[in-house]
Amino acid sequence: MTTPDLGGLTCKEVVELVTDYLEGVLPVDMHRRFDQHLSVCDPCVIYLDQMRQTIATIGKLPEESISQPVMDTLLQHFRGWPRERT
Amino acid sequence: MLSPRTPPGVTTELELPPLAVPMATLGDNEAELVAALKRRDEMAFVTLLQRYQGQLLRLALVYCRTTELAEEVVQDTWLGVIQGIDRFEGRSSFKTWLFQILVNRARTRAVREGRMLSFSSLAEEAETQSEPAVPADRFRALDDLWPNNWAVPPHSWGESPEALLLGAETMELVQRAIAQLPPAQVQVITLRDVEGWSSEEVCNVLEISETNQRVLLHRARSRVRAALEAHFEERNR
Repeated sequence: MTTPDLGGLTCKEVVELVTDYLEGVLPVDMHRRFDQHLSVCDPCVIYLDQMRQTIATIGKLPEESISQPVMDTLLQHFRGWPRERT
Repeated sequence: MLSPRTPPGVTTELELPPLAVPMATLGDNEAELVAALKRRDEMAFVTLLQRYQGQLLRLALVYCRTTELAEEVVQDTWLGVIQGIDRFEGRSSFKTWLFQILVNRARTRAVREGRMLSFSSLAEEAETQSEPAVPADRFRALDDLWPNNWAVPPHSWGESPEALLLGAETMELVQRAIAQLPPAQVQVITLRDVEGWSSEEVCNVLEISETNQRVLLHRARSRVRAALEAHFEERNR
């Protein structure tokens, strides 16, 4: 059995590099080693996928919206706002 | 961008009824909105309110323990905009300026109300020793044939986990997981992943370095992933 080339990275190192990888800030050589690791390590591929899915899920959290009373109060202030054009 | 106005010199062949333009759509151009705001254009104000109120409230909630206090801080922020817009010169983006006002007011307010969550230094929090993204016991021991590679590997959440991930239960879980993070991590993950800001924008508003921002983001995302994983493993048991 030949030893797979893990890019000289352990899985423990990979999970700490995931954010830098996704942010695109890994140095070229490290990025290549990361890709090499992924090409032979399925669990790390799954881990990376889960991070992507996590980020996508966070992005779907519902928005807070402005309530009418708050809008009304602010508009009142806006209307009473003096012009100070120079 | 569609403009309801017809440029001068252009005659329309047909007299069409005026386009139904929704109340608050003044376009996406920030400079245009700022100029309109300086002219005291109410529609510009409403557009900005609708665009940023939710984001402001969410960030304010990171600083303030109660929704009531957070809403007051956001209102303060808009008053700050009204008072300051004539002196805004566009050296930073309007968005950065707006959120800097919020952060300043939220900090001042939280201190005054004695409800300051520990925000002494975001950078400090980034530099403290942290727990690993994945617990050490999920990796093989050093005397193993494959030291530090997976011993307890993650399992796929399925081919199309969208339905699972976007369910109300999961959303609540994610919200809870974020709320339990240390404050600096909450701020960074909220702005980056909930609001979709760029890292540069986050660094500008929170006044932290790119590196610190990334460290905080990494810890926050890792913890939310772990919470989701625990949730799905529990379900599949």
